[in-house]
Amino acid sequence: MPLLSVDELSITFTARGRRDVTAVSGVSFDVDQGQVVGLVGESGCGKSVTSLALMGLLPKRGVRLGGRADFDGTDLLSLSRDKMRDLRGSQLAMIFQDPLSSLNPVVPIGVQVTEILKRHRGMRGEAARKEAASLLDRVGIPDPTRRLKEYPHQLSGGMRQRALIAMAVACAPRLLIADEPTTALDVTIQAQILELLKELVDQEGTGLLMITHDLGVVAGLCDQVNVLYAGRVVESAERRPLFAAPTHPYSHGLLGSIPRLDAPRGERLSPIRGSINDQIAWSDGCAFAPRCDFYTMECLTGTPQLTEPHAAGHRVRCVNPVLPDAAGAAADRTEAGA
Amino acid sequence: MSTKTDKIDRLAELTARSETSTGASLWVEAFRRLRSSKMAIIGACVIALFVALAIVGPWLAPYSAEAQTWRNEVFRNQGIFVGPRAENWFGLDHLGRDEFSRFLVGARQTLLVGVVATLLGFTVGALLGGLSGAALTLGGRVGRRIDTVVMRFIDMMLALPSLLLAVSVAAVLGQSLTTVMIAVGVVQIPIFARLLRGAMLAQGGSDYVLAARALGVRKRRIVFSQILPNSLSPVIVQATLCLATAIIEAAALSYLGLGNPDPAVPEWGVMLAQSQEFFDAAPMLAVYPALGIIITALGFTLLGEAMREALDPKLRS
Amino acid sequence: MSLLELNGVKVHFPIRKGVFFDRTVGYVYAVDGVSLSVEAGQTYGLVGESGCGKTTLGRAVLRLNDITEGEVVFDGTDLASLPDEEMRRYRRRLQMVFQDPLGSLNPRQNIESILSEGMAAHGIGADQDERREKIKEILAKVGLPSGSLSRYPHEFSGGQRQRIGIARALVLEPDVIICDEPVSALDVSIQAQVINLLEDVQESMGLTYLVIAHDLAVVRHISDVIGVMYLGSLVEEAPSDLLYAEPRHPYTRALMSAVPVPDPEVEDSRERILLSGDLPSPASPPSGCRFHTRCPWRQDTLCATDRPELRDVGGGHRVACHYAAEIADGRIRRADESVPATPPGPPSGASAQPEAAEAAGDGPVERRPEPAASE
Repeated sequence: MPLLSVDELSITFTARGRRDVTAVSGVSFDVDQGQVVGLVGESGCGKSVTSLALMGLLPKRGVRLGGRADFDGTDLLSLSRDKMRDLRGSQLAMIFQDPLSSLNPVVPIGVQVTEILKRHRGMRGEAARKEAASLLDRVGIPDPTRRLKEYPHQLSGGMRQRALIAMAVACAPRLLIADEPTTALDVTIQAQILELLKELVDQEGTGLLMITHDLGVVAGLCDQVNVLYAGRVVESAERRPLFAAPTHPYSHGLLGSIPRLDAPRGERLSPIRGSINDQIAWSDGCAFAPRCDFYTMECLTGTPQLTEPHAAGHRVRCVNPVLPDAAGAAADRTEAGA
Repeated sequence: MSTKTDKIDRLAELTARSETSTGASLWVEAFRRLRSSKMAIIGACVIALFVALAIVGPWLAPYSAEAQTWRNEVFRNQGIFVGPRAENWFGLDHLGRDEFSRFLVGARQTLLVGVVATLLGFTVGALLGGLSGAALTLGGRVGRRIDTVVMRFIDMMLALPSLLLAVSVAAVLGQSLTTVMIAVGVVQIPIFARLLRGAMLAQGGSDYVLAARALGVRKRRIVFSQILPNSLSPVIVQATLCLATAIIEAAALSYLGLGNPDPAVPEWGVMLAQSQEFFDAAPMLAVYPALGIIITALGFTLLGEAMREALDPKLRS
Repeated sequence: MSLLELNGVKVHFPIRKGVFFDRTVGYVYAVDGVSLSVEAGQTYGLVGESGCGKTTLGRAVLRLNDITEGEVVFDGTDLASLPDEEMRRYRRRLQMVFQDPLGSLNPRQNIESILSEGMAAHGIGADQDERREKIKEILAKVGLPSGSLSRYPHEFSGGQRQRIGIARALVLEPDVIICDEPVSALDVSIQAQVINLLEDVQESMGLTYLVIAHDLAVVRHISDVIGVMYLGSLVEEAPSDLLYAEPRHPYTRALMSAVPVPDPEVEDSRERILLSGDLPSPASPPSGCRFHTRCPWRQDTLCATDRPELRDVGGGHRVACHYAAEIADGRIRRADESVPATPPGPPSGASAQPEAAEAAGDGPVERRPEPAASE
């Protein structure tokens, strides 16, 4: 049984006097132990809201949740606040994009780490302090006993993110949710943090739900990848098949529009046209259709379903998928269309 | 071919559904948001009522505010006040004057004090703050000096307790409405000055100012046509909120006996002060002016808060 | 002669303290002696991580920051020594595109007003009608509908806003545009649109670019020559393809190995050099080579004591490293290469490089050559 099983998750924001906004709908995925699952998409695709919903961090008022998220037999979405709080920090942990705002600025790092040890592991005094130091050491913070006395602003961005990871793994959580954990960091620091996360997954068997916009990070880290567009999974596959044969026009276009370090200079990029604002409602058709080079009348009648057009386990929500053998032809068509 | 145009039409139709294009400036958008805020509407209604009262009140007043028409009636029944009745809606005060008429006439005085005092604070404060902010943004050693001098002056004003200030103004000018206006207004100067200066500094560090400099726009033009207009919204919000405090403070000063002693021009603060003596016998005499003050102050506060929300660029969706 | 030449440019920001009188207690050495030249019609890419001084350098070219020392020679004129008013006029020929598309547009000006601001400042166009014609022409060029004129920045999407920013620079018909992180604030799918636009207008208007970015992949894609900055100085400079093929400076190699590539085959097989620690503070930079505190190839002599100069190693390739030659031919090896921290895993992927299987653990961070669950 998977560690976390999200089934048909939907998140709708309701405000009086306004139209309901469905941020996420029909999102399903599993996370196994020791597995890294990626949620990839651009701003506004619903990836962060999904993680907040799983952690029970969305406000109860004005938010309507649907579907299930089974974590070890309990539905995270219907858990009471108290139960959720117990689960959070012990079994479930989360790290955020901005480490500075996730840390309490007026409390030393050491106190913030031992706080968690006290609350969830019942450790006290010297034992808690020792454990905190060894946690910091484990995430690669040099001179941990001195760092414990320091305040968040005295640490660099990379160190803060490490401290945050130390707090997240303090109770050996079984599932770690990382929301853009390296976006605010420089590439050399990003590489360090990604290594650290890999190590955690490999050694502890932690399940990792990785939320990011960076396909490069996904390519290096994730086992299973879910591409989100406008609140729905449009493509879901294992890492290698996905990158070898991106089948949804969106993922296909996204990969074609990224400048690659190993591509020679002068190769022209083929961007996706328009912006996320050019969108139609999923109920009317495919939300990506206005930006898609391959859309047909069929794309504009009803929500397309997830299918497996060319390989088992490679699911795509598209009626005109970019099939691997036709990918070359598709690229030609893209150029003709541009 | 027809399927192609069909699908393009269909797409256009579907995208148009979720399109929300407007074409309005920030001020217009802010006003739109303001209109849809309940808080703003209630606040604006209260203020409109109050302003209308202040303008036409004295003419609407059924009786003269100073004539002690029912003097005999009040003095005959020692200690028993006449409550609301058909000819005197709010009853009579201790001198046999019509309380309702005095309330209506007082509205104008109260509004006058609030507006003039805030205008004074706003004008002088914005001038000082604008000078300071502009000097600092235009840069150079001279600019920094000007800013230092102005800000230390403002700091000194802040150090002065408002009550002490009012008493000293009163000592010079005597008891009058002007005294109250000046006293309340002067206290507000540092608030506006610091606010505008801070906003200008914040705007001065923003990217669009850097962009304007990179374009080659002259510094003076940047300060006056880019930084200043963008720094005004917090000051305008503050002015609305300050109207509320000004009315309350003016009432407080009048209550302490620094206000206009002329019985012909009742002011809600003065009325409140006078009613204190008879509070046991006629509590309603205190309630009318007090309610007036509270409701108007609330109106300004509501509108100010709504404006703050409407003008906040962070809340823009 | 190059169109734009920087000679020993230094920008030091004083750290001030004191209430009434400013007292300078130290300096932030944001840019500390950078020399480079940008040829007309070419794109020079300046890459580096946050705090390396690349943005400060870009602004210094336009004198948006005070230049402490050095020359900025543009078309034969030293901008650094020009009086303010003359410098202001020179800004017509040197323009800038900013990182934050929304923040760099005045929220209270409509597009017409934003775009005519610069023209008015430089006396281009006789009246507003003439300017409007010019603006419409440029708007078409950057791919915005002409109906945008009366609209306001907040009504556009991120990509469109950046197009407005580019149009604002283009209406002045400049020679050089400094692009400070032109795409990093945009969504991935939009980045390519803006990159292509920048390339198109460069070709049609004969522009020279100085592109400043932290994303090596973007810089490599768009630039003819790339300069790599670290802590206020240039550590390596080479033509784009050469730099990618043969990075010579240890920092460039580390940077390059850290850039994620959206391709699992490449990701799983490439050499990864993990740097230990963080960027030192530019207020108290290390002695000698600025990079020696984090360098995996650090030597006991020279590195900590002498600051290396940029030396030409052939083919327009300049490197500021005492041991560049020795590192290149393998006479000096990485400190962590000799003692593998973890046993090497089997190389995967087709293009395994010789060092790929080597453990590259550095300090407490260890590289695991194989991501566990993918196979």
